[in-house]
Amino acid sequence: MLTTLFFLRRTGFAAITLLIASVVIFGITQVLPGDPAELILGINAQEDTLAALREQMGLNAPVWQQYMHWIGGIITGDFGKSYTYSVPVSELIGARLWISLPLAIMSLLLSTAIAIPVGVLAASRHNKATDVSIMGATQLGIAIPNFWFAMLLVMIFAIKLRWVPAGGFAGWENGIFNGFKSLLLPAIALALPQASILARIMRSALLDVLAEDYMRTARAKGLPRSMVLWRHGVRNAFIPVLTIMGLQFSFLIAGTIIIENIFYLPGLGRLIFQAITQRDLIVLQGLVLLLVGLVIFINLLVDIAYSIVDPRIKGAFHE
Amino acid sequence: MALLEIEKLNLSIGGTPILRDIDLQVDAGESVGLVGESGSGKSITSLSAMRLLPQSAKLAGSIRFNGCELTQLSEQRMCHLRGRDMAMVFQEPMTALNPVKTIGSQIAESLQFHLKMSRANTETRVLKLLDRVGLDPAKFSPDRYPHELSGGQRQRVVIAIAIALDPKLLIADEPTTALDVTTQEKILDLLKELAGENKSSLLLITHDLAVVAQMAERVAVMKDGEIVETASTLDFFRNMQHPYSKKLLAASMLKPKAEKTHFEDSKPLMRVDHLVRRYRLPRKSLFGPAQFLDAVNNVSFEIEQGESIGLVGESGCGKSTLARTLLALNKPSDGRVEFLEHDLFGLSKSELRSIRRNMQVVFQDPYGSFNPRHKIGRLISEPLQLLEHISSSQRHRLIAAALEDVGLTIDDADRYPHEFSGGQRQRIAIARAIITEPKLIIADEPVSALDVSIREQVLDLLNALAERHGLSYLFISHDLHVVRAVTDRVLVMYRGKIVEQGVTSQVFDNPQHEYTKQLLAATPDLAKTLEQLEAEA
Repeated sequence: MLTTLFFLRRTGFAAITLLIASVVIFGITQVLPGDPAELILGINAQEDTLAALREQMGLNAPVWQQYMHWIGGIITGDFGKSYTYSVPVSELIGARLWISLPLAIMSLLLSTAIAIPVGVLAASRHNKATDVSIMGATQLGIAIPNFWFAMLLVMIFAIKLRWVPAGGFAGWENGIFNGFKSLLLPAIALALPQASILARIMRSALLDVLAEDYMRTARAKGLPRSMVLWRHGVRNAFIPVLTIMGLQFSFLIAGTIIIENIFYLPGLGRLIFQAITQRDLIVLQGLVLLLVGLVIFINLLVDIAYSIVDPRIKGAFHE
Repeated sequence: MALLEIEKLNLSIGGTPILRDIDLQVDAGESVGLVGESGSGKSITSLSAMRLLPQSAKLAGSIRFNGCELTQLSEQRMCHLRGRDMAMVFQEPMTALNPVKTIGSQIAESLQFHLKMSRANTETRVLKLLDRVGLDPAKFSPDRYPHELSGGQRQRVVIAIAIALDPKLLIADEPTTALDVTTQEKILDLLKELAGENKSSLLLITHDLAVVAQMAERVAVMKDGEIVETASTLDFFRNMQHPYSKKLLAASMLKPKAEKTHFEDSKPLMRVDHLVRRYRLPRKSLFGPAQFLDAVNNVSFEIEQGESIGLVGESGCGKSTLARTLLALNKPSDGRVEFLEHDLFGLSKSELRSIRRNMQVVFQDPYGSFNPRHKIGRLISEPLQLLEHISSSQRHRLIAAALEDVGLTIDDADRYPHEFSGGQRQRIAIARAIITEPKLIIADEPVSALDVSIREQVLDLLNALAERHGLSYLFISHDLHVVRAVTDRVLVMYRGKIVEQGVTSQVFDNPQHEYTKQLLAATPDLAKTLEQLEAEA
């Protein structure tokens, strides 16, 4: 019962946040300069054609009606029609989501898979050579811009070794393996700074945990150091790491805009970039709302993950 | 026969010598009390025996356990000794258990590791162990988490972990210092019983001579990293040799205060009338009724001008909530508080501000209650904001007077908190409280974090200040001896209610309420224990 209450409460908060975000996004696109009708018809269009189009697009209606129209459409899956491509926004997004989402998930998994063991290793060798070199390497990983690192990866693995394509997307229809191959380098480039940050967080969280009284209790039971580290340390250290992972997801999405442009991947990042340069506001609105929704969803998952990792979080509601 | 034999043990951490030439012996089946004040090295001595020292520690000398030289033992073999042949109970039960693992899994862990038992096989053993430490498995399922238990219950779990494999030596490092007296009594009884049952040895580390007298057959006194005296418990108390032991004993036996029962001013300083402070509890279920807890439940009492009044009760009984409400930091849910003939909660913001100079507070933790980046002068003059404009020379004079009042000098105003010891910091906290020349000081466990020898000095200071300035105190403490040493009257609080109040000596000598009787019976009384020891001998 408590668990369902916790879940309902969190989901409710997430839904309200998303609603507020939709108002903000809509509001911002309203105040942006530029007339959609003029964008579609070009600057040489006749005033009466423009007015007719505005009327047809519902741009003369009060703002709140336009908002209701937009949000009502989204609930039924209709994001509107792109100004530049004249195709439904949902189609544009749908096609590209299947590149960006796997890319983001791949790099998140990759960065976690690297960061956790590296962080644990550094903490367990605190202030020794291993720790110092890991700290140096992660410092470098944070400092290197990922677009530069991406080009380095392309030079080595695509141009010199020819293991993977240098850019473009092979398409999932040509085999899942080929799809993964084209996403591998961008995923690595995205994961590098994330993994570096995460490894450092893991290290410092674990160092804090190592100083806790219950670690001494576990050692006093006779458990060897490594067993204490993994059984009692890592799960407790995971709580701050989860927070950062949730935050990193939004940075990953921002990162895809640059990385997808470097690797010529037709993903959401490139779509955002194009929508901005072409002032395709309706596409931009839909895209931003979708990304905000994704981030909120990820944070909801993080909240639920907290309650699994730390039993005290559910307990806090009835103590 | 000696089970644990420590000989010529020297230890330094990062080049700083911590222990010097420690000789300590614990025989099989014997219980030894290791007594000393904070920083004397008693915990480090016990951690040396377990070889659980920080990595930077350098160790010389010999530690033999059951005939085996531990200083030469590999870490791997040491792991097989720890938890199986020697086990440890720690001071702080609130943090000694892993918060994300169930108590059952934490007890089972040493069984699984040492006996290579499967998870399923440990189940019945875990239930038995819980039962043995007094946690009925029907109520305390092994699937519960540490945060669902109270401090005393958690300490029982820690003890269950320690005795899981019937160790030959049980080391208990201040096992009851963080617990209420009634819980302390039960935990000490449990430790004694378990040690007797298994014929195991007990090394009990404590700062409390009364506890040692109750529990140990032999006593070793530590000071500044050395053992200054060792003797059988009876010999030790009969015929102390070392001046430090004598000092410790003198400081442990606090003298009751000469009580004042007549007060010149007929009007009370503070009148608390049917005070209630209610908290809303989170709903248990989505559509269930809202639940409430009265942390302070219909409390009424008066404080006379110049009277020192004690407030005793166990943790969670509402003492601190009551104090916060009296300081007008909380709003009451019902009832009223009159202070200097004003209704405290009917005052405007500025009126409240100006009346605050008359009530100040001293907290328990002398380390946490100062901003470490400010100098003492600035820290203690902060309450002066409550006064009307004062010149800087006046300010300077007040700082000097307050510091001198608590036995410090004006030179100390330019120093930082970290340059002072715990006892000095508590003096500084008192200086901060008296600088506005208040009428009432609310002191929340002001000596609980201090060593006994310093505790006595601070209590003397509080008594002297009351005389000098006609101060009233509301003195909150869990320690009945301390309350008796500084108060005229006492309030006994239990589950939010005042169950008994009266002149301190009368309440203590002739308690009426059942809870007061329990509290008094559970409080370790050195004089009484010594009488018993003599009678047995």
